[in-house]
Amino acid sequence: MAVVSAPVSRAGGMVVAPPILAEPAYRGLWSWLTTVDHKRIGILYGVSAGTFFVFGGLEALVIRLQLWTPNSTLVSAQMFNALFTMHATTMIFLAIMPLGAAFFNFIIPLQIGARDVAFPRLNAFSYWAFILGGIMLNISFLLGGAPDAGWFGYANLTTRTYSPGPGIDFWMLGLQILGVASIAAALNFFVTILNMRAPGMGFMRMPIFCWMSLITMILILLAFPSITVGLILLMFDRFFDTNFYSVPHAGDPILWQHLFWVFGHPEVYILILPAMGIISEIIPVFSRKPLFGYAVMVYSGIAIAFLAFGVWAHHMFAVGLGAIADAVFASSTMLIAVPTGVKIFNWIGTMFRGSVSFKTPMLYAVGFISMFIIGGVTGIMHASPPADLIQHDTYFIVAHIHYVLIGGSIMALLAGVHYWFPKMSGRMMNETLGQWQFWTFFIFFNVTFMPMHWTGLLGMPRRVYTYGPDLGVTELNQLSTIGALGLGISVLLFVINLFASLRYGEIAPDDPWDGATLEWSIPSPPPIFNFARIPTVHSRDGWWAMKHPERMHLDPIEVTPLAGGPGHATERAHEVIATAGPDATPPVIHMPSPSYWPLLSALGLAMMASGLLMADAFGPITIPIFAILGVLLLVGSIYGWSFEAP
Amino acid sequence: MAHTAIPVIVDTGAAPPAAVAAPLVLEHPHTSTGLDSRKLLMWAFLASDCMFFGTLIATYLVYKNRSPEGPLPRETFDVPYTSVSAFVLLLSSLTMVLALAAIQRGEERRMRVWLSATALLGCVFLGGQFYEFTTFYHEGLTLSRNLFGSSFFTLTGFHGTHVFIGVFWLLSLVAHSFRGRLHQEHSLFVEIAGLYWHFVDIVWILIFTLVYLIPD
Amino acid sequence: MATEHDLAHDHAEPELEHAHPGAKTYTIVGVILAVITLAEVFFYTQESVRAILVPLLLVLSATKFVLVVGFYMHLRFDHPLFTGVFGFGLMVAGSIITALMFLFGQYPLPHRG
Repeated sequence: MAVVSAPVSRAGGMVVAPPILAEPAYRGLWSWLTTVDHKRIGILYGVSAGTFFVFGGLEALVIRLQLWTPNSTLVSAQMFNALFTMHATTMIFLAIMPLGAAFFNFIIPLQIGARDVAFPRLNAFSYWAFILGGIMLNISFLLGGAPDAGWFGYANLTTRTYSPGPGIDFWMLGLQILGVASIAAALNFFVTILNMRAPGMGFMRMPIFCWMSLITMILILLAFPSITVGLILLMFDRFFDTNFYSVPHAGDPILWQHLFWVFGHPEVYILILPAMGIISEIIPVFSRKPLFGYAVMVYSGIAIAFLAFGVWAHHMFAVGLGAIADAVFASSTMLIAVPTGVKIFNWIGTMFRGSVSFKTPMLYAVGFISMFIIGGVTGIMHASPPADLIQHDTYFIVAHIHYVLIGGSIMALLAGVHYWFPKMSGRMMNETLGQWQFWTFFIFFNVTFMPMHWTGLLGMPRRVYTYGPDLGVTELNQLSTIGALGLGISVLLFVINLFASLRYGEIAPDDPWDGATLEWSIPSPPPIFNFARIPTVHSRDGWWAMKHPERMHLDPIEVTPLAGGPGHATERAHEVIATAGPDATPPVIHMPSPSYWPLLSALGLAMMASGLLMADAFGPITIPIFAILGVLLLVGSIYGWSFEAP
Repeated sequence: MAHTAIPVIVDTGAAPPAAVAAPLVLEHPHTSTGLDSRKLLMWAFLASDCMFFGTLIATYLVYKNRSPEGPLPRETFDVPYTSVSAFVLLLSSLTMVLALAAIQRGEERRMRVWLSATALLGCVFLGGQFYEFTTFYHEGLTLSRNLFGSSFFTLTGFHGTHVFIGVFWLLSLVAHSFRGRLHQEHSLFVEIAGLYWHFVDIVWILIFTLVYLIPD
Repeated sequence: MATEHDLAHDHAEPELEHAHPGAKTYTIVGVILAVITLAEVFFYTQESVRAILVPLLLVLSATKFVLVVGFYMHLRFDHPLFTGVFGFGLMVAGSIITALMFLFGQYPLPHRG
């Protein structure tokens, strides 16, 4: 193996390595295409997700503009259907999930004291499959029409009979590829969190973000196969004339709904749990107090993992499943509100009697708590089938969704960006701009979505391209549209802050927030190898414990010394490294080599799907040709991958 | 603030292919659980695959007795024939675990024999499936004929695809062994392939009972 | 740190270094699996057990399932984490199958009026 010497200089006693981008082996497009470094992959996810977020936002803006006035003809009904389909699909699968993945990638190895994930190339594969799936979904706009049957694609609207065009095929296959990416990532992080924790980091000492992520991975592993099968049945119906959703042949479209929501409900927990994890990291740090009720947070997360698979038909209360089914699912839904809601008390309990500092991450965190409470409360309202019959398919549900997903997930993710930006880039985001951006976001978000509670209860249905003037929702819609435009401006402010800070932001110290967890013990940005020496962890909030043991009510602990012997309790961690003798053997750190096999494998997968997409334009012969070519590329790449040197 | 450089040798970058492609498998890997990450990965994957086959089986069961027209299961299935298939696959699980036992004892040649036997039995199973499917096809049961055809062929087709991938995997291991690259310390790779193979077998155990044996 | 080898075994083969089940145990399990399959097919043909055929078949195939998973996949002797991981997936899958069967009326349920 080629051995590269990376001289590491010390500044302020901390071991500092040159930033990743300065490494000759790590520059240029090829280095990004072949990277297996979790930090880079995290950045790739973040940038991609951010871009898709903008697409989804623009789609939403057009929707809001169309709904400005009754009987508007800004866009056609057909286009409107495509817009709300793509808006939701993009936001859920291409924005929120990959933004979560960006944090899983960058932060989890750092928080558990690891050098990378368990399977770095599989990690890269997940990213490439994700981006190809996202491209496949969006390229539909240019190649025959975007999917327009809703993000939940109910059969039998999605069957060939009622959706003859290629849009649904793009949606179906794009989602399948995204599913493969998600499952691969979930496998990877599941093993990483279980197996790669630093010595001494037992499960109950793990950062809470890692716990929430672990549960998210379990949900992904068990939920995605359901939609995979549902989509396979749809694909077979559309291409091979099977009868799964075909009513004339005794097929049952409700089967699709079940298979979709068996996935779909755990999916919403997949969207919110990482967000809750992020908030659970931020609130203690900005309250200067450990998380209140860590164990309860963990157990409630585990409870959610179990219960999440038992509530799905609450999305189907209007289907007519029968009183018994409705009652069972209503009960389980109300039950799952308990572990979900309990967390709110944990966060409030953390802030209580803490020394709270309202920097931008904390603003977002508190915003999250308040908005998620609103979204959660309307969620409980939907849990009652008779009430839901009124609310279903109205804007009341749209309000709920956006309170939990924007007020919840997005706010938490924005909090995470502000919080971890210094670690990832070595610069601070502009605090003033951050505060302005937060308040504009918070205010305009509420201006957009609060009226929808009323709009919905006044009877405005979802997914309809216009409404009549006599419905009495015109002013409310206009309020929402104004709010949406303001929200757009706020997002623009965020993007400006991001780019300006990357360029001109104040240089960040390693530990700008006096953080509790291990990622703050290493340089900003981290060296390729993350930790010069893997730390030994002695308690929860390991870094706080090393810095301020007396404040954590802990006995003075040994910090990890360079030479391997017991360190002195009063020494600060970084000083121990400084006192290592000149003849101490420098550690040799093996980092995984870059590889192009993950990218090629993902291309093989995409190629297999593309044959189906081309069948419409070039005839059914494309299906076996590209399937075979794709399989050959995929299998060949897997072989190359397997036999590559470590 | 001292600025002495502490050299940390970072070992990365393109490397010439190692002499032994498969890395050494440690008795006690340095992981937090003490368990090998690759084995844990396979078990997690199998848990996920449980849901995949679970939903396919659920689809079959949900559509049982709902086909408005024939061919119907009772008149189509040849249970004695299929039970031979079931035996074949069960036997292949035995040969698989014998292959693993062999490599764990360092008996490479014996492992190759048992692995090849497993792959061969897998091919026999696939051949049996192929024959069975073509027979059904000639009796009028197609993917698009009715719900039974759709759900049956989809379920067994995906199972068969899993078997096919398994055979491929096993033969790759045999080839790797012939090239002198699969030794006792690499037994984990045979173990992991075995886990996958046995899983495919237990899915067939379920399919055989739920699809072929349980009456309408 | 628990390893895969430190749980109780039966049938320790004297010539093996590790106390795995040996070829003999595996073969015995294989024979049992074959016998159970024969029994399944036999009962399938018997009119006399028709009333209890479904639970009987389910029990028999569950037994085969457990034998393969426990012995061939070595779960019985491995770290319980593996059992937990696989078991959870299996449990969720089983629950979904059961729930869907109820939801689609594929179980006889008492009707009211």
